[in-house]
Amino acid sequence: MSVLSPRTKPTGPVANSLTSGQLPRFAELYILGASLLVSALLLLLVGFSVVGWLVLSAVIYLVALALLSSVVENRRKATDRVIRGLVTVAFLLALIPLISTLATVIAQGIGEISWSYITSVGASTFDPNTLTVTQTPGALQAIVGTLIITGIASLISIPIGLFTSIYLVEYALPKQWLARTVTFLVDVMTGIPSIVAGLFAFSLFSIIVGPKAFSGFSASVALSVLMIPTVVRACEEMLRLVPSDLREASLALGVSKFATIVKIVLPTAIAGLITGIMLAVARIIGETAPIFLAASFTDNFNANPFDGPMQTLPVLAYTGYAFPGKDIAASNASAWGAALLLVLLVVILNLIARVIAKIFAPKGMR
Amino acid sequence: MQSAPTSSAGSAAKATGNTPLGGGGSKDSTATKRSTRVRPGDFIFRGLSTGSAVLIMVILAGVALFLIISAIPAITADWSTNSDLNTGPTAAFPNFWAYVGPLIWGTLWSAAIALLFGAPIGIGIALFISHYAPRRLASLLGYLVDLLAAVPSIVFGLWGIIVIRPFLLPLSDWLNANLGWIPLFGGAVTTTGSTILAGALVLAVMILPIITSISREIFLQTPRLHEEAALALGATRWEMIRLAVFPYAKSGIVSATLLGLGRALGETMAIALIISPAILVSVRLITEGQNSQTIAANIALNFPIATTLQRDALIGTGLMLFVISLAVNSIARAIVGGKRGKRKKGGGKSSSPSPLSQLPSGDAAVSIALDDVTREGRATDVDTEAHISEDDVEGAGK
Repeated sequence: MSVLSPRTKPTGPVANSLTSGQLPRFAELYILGASLLVSALLLLLVGFSVVGWLVLSAVIYLVALALLSSVVENRRKATDRVIRGLVTVAFLLALIPLISTLATVIAQGIGEISWSYITSVGASTFDPNTLTVTQTPGALQAIVGTLIITGIASLISIPIGLFTSIYLVEYALPKQWLARTVTFLVDVMTGIPSIVAGLFAFSLFSIIVGPKAFSGFSASVALSVLMIPTVVRACEEMLRLVPSDLREASLALGVSKFATIVKIVLPTAIAGLITGIMLAVARIIGETAPIFLAASFTDNFNANPFDGPMQTLPVLAYTGYAFPGKDIAASNASAWGAALLLVLLVVILNLIARVIAKIFAPKGMR
Repeated sequence: MQSAPTSSAGSAAKATGNTPLGGGGSKDSTATKRSTRVRPGDFIFRGLSTGSAVLIMVILAGVALFLIISAIPAITADWSTNSDLNTGPTAAFPNFWAYVGPLIWGTLWSAAIALLFGAPIGIGIALFISHYAPRRLASLLGYLVDLLAAVPSIVFGLWGIIVIRPFLLPLSDWLNANLGWIPLFGGAVTTTGSTILAGALVLAVMILPIITSISREIFLQTPRLHEEAALALGATRWEMIRLAVFPYAKSGIVSATLLGLGRALGETMAIALIISPAILVSVRLITEGQNSQTIAANIALNFPIATTLQRDALIGTGLMLFVISLAVNSIARAIVGGKRGKRKKGGGKSSSPSPLSQLPSGDAAVSIALDDVTREGRATDVDTEAHISEDDVEGAGK
């Protein structure tokens, strides 16, 4: 042990072998502060803007860090620090659109949302005396349409998706051609562009029903094409998490496969299944293009999914900008209101799904 | 025999004509019969499950079939003479292929730009969450990215209109004034901001979550021992990622990027709302009338005003989009699947020794406790440390 730390070294500040040749501990923070300051000063000379300030600071920070680190430390560490900075910048860059989007939607939509907006049907009335069109904002027809179309789509997709995942996990042998084909097709189906699903539903119904094929049910079929693969993937993952000991124990007691699945496997995985299904619903509730093609859009209140166009929240948001009424500002405002309602719905569904996953998560797993 | 009548007198009375012993025997025989016979519940359930699986194949085939049936009249028609097709949005195109060609170009072009922004940033975020962020923060950050994925595309479209368009205006002016000689930035510069650059930026934001979540998953699957071995040999964090994580995750990154591309190809609303399009082949990024239109946005914009045959033409373009995204997705899945198969065959030796052997020689550092290895700044340089460790070993030997 005496060899380890010979006491013959000169007195004074000894270079600690663990920390020598390194930047001090909070060097990166100091450099960050300094570069923010320097770039602010530089920009004050030519004209200040927040975006320019942040970009310039990031550049100065990375360059300064690279120089300092390569002088004090070595090139490898300099690279390491610069990459760390770049990766962090990438992450911050991604936060900007998220925050900006949510802030914009809330700021633009909050003024529009009121009790009457939610509970009344939007309409535009023409006054023949003054020759003006007044628009009364309202989203009731869109809310009802969204709920009906999403509900029917869920009714179609959840059984098909759940049963398919049960087939894949419980019945199929891994090398069976059907299982492999279905797994591949489900993967492929997740990649179907949403607008293609809408076109499919439209052409299906225009061949069956003839022209005027727009209906809420048609939109539900389009959404099902998009929803089934997500449900299958989520449920399959959850069912595979169920320990096979449980299945084997049940089968060993002479319980039939059917009863094993219904009484053992599904209850064990129920939290995960519900979470996955709710996330799938949250995903399709915001789809615009397929609903727009299959159910078209309307200002009228229509709660019959089998007859005529139906309005939904995402389509209301789209048409408010793409095909505004006479009063453009009112249409745009209505679009933002619908967008905010949609975001609220999606966030609520996501939160419920997470809470269910947290509360009902089977103990002892993972 | 003696206990049987006392214990099951009632049941023996019910089961008329059966002695207790005989009853037991018959029970056994029914049990064996049951196990061989398929029960109706089982049969139905199995049928339902298998039926659903088959139904998925039917649905996918149906999507292709109905698109083809609807598209054929427009694809085979003569567009210059057909009165339905030589007016409105489909006017001035001699046939279907002349119409769909520029649209395919626009779709690929906008998706490529989106990928150019989205893929590096998405992979960077995945790295940040999996290897840089503090452990406790990581799950929260992952949730934030999931939230980004949950925001409906229409909301991003609206956001693009009022935030991204004006935001990019000064940049467009500057690029046009200073780099206008590059075809990308040439042409008449935009005044409203409805450019393909703005649309592609919004697309990039929308494909970020899918790229991030897939690559993050793959990064997290890197064998921990590979990472620790790299760090123990003195690699910095970045060298560890380059030598242990990236080789392992290469195929995953490629397929994540391709899946992001698939999403970008089919995205409708951002492009439909933001850019002011024209059906032509153009690489210009910051003009107003010369943005190449994409298939999806073209359908969304023209569908409500189209006549029946024009709708069929739009469905035909949708069929092309379906084929393209099917190809991209299949390639992505095949890359993942193929690599996985190879890795299994090759065993453990495929990836571990080769990348680690690339570590710069002589830079090996003393390993500190494994738990602390991942912490930054602990893996110190060789010279002094190596001596100490040798001395330490000698000392221990004495």
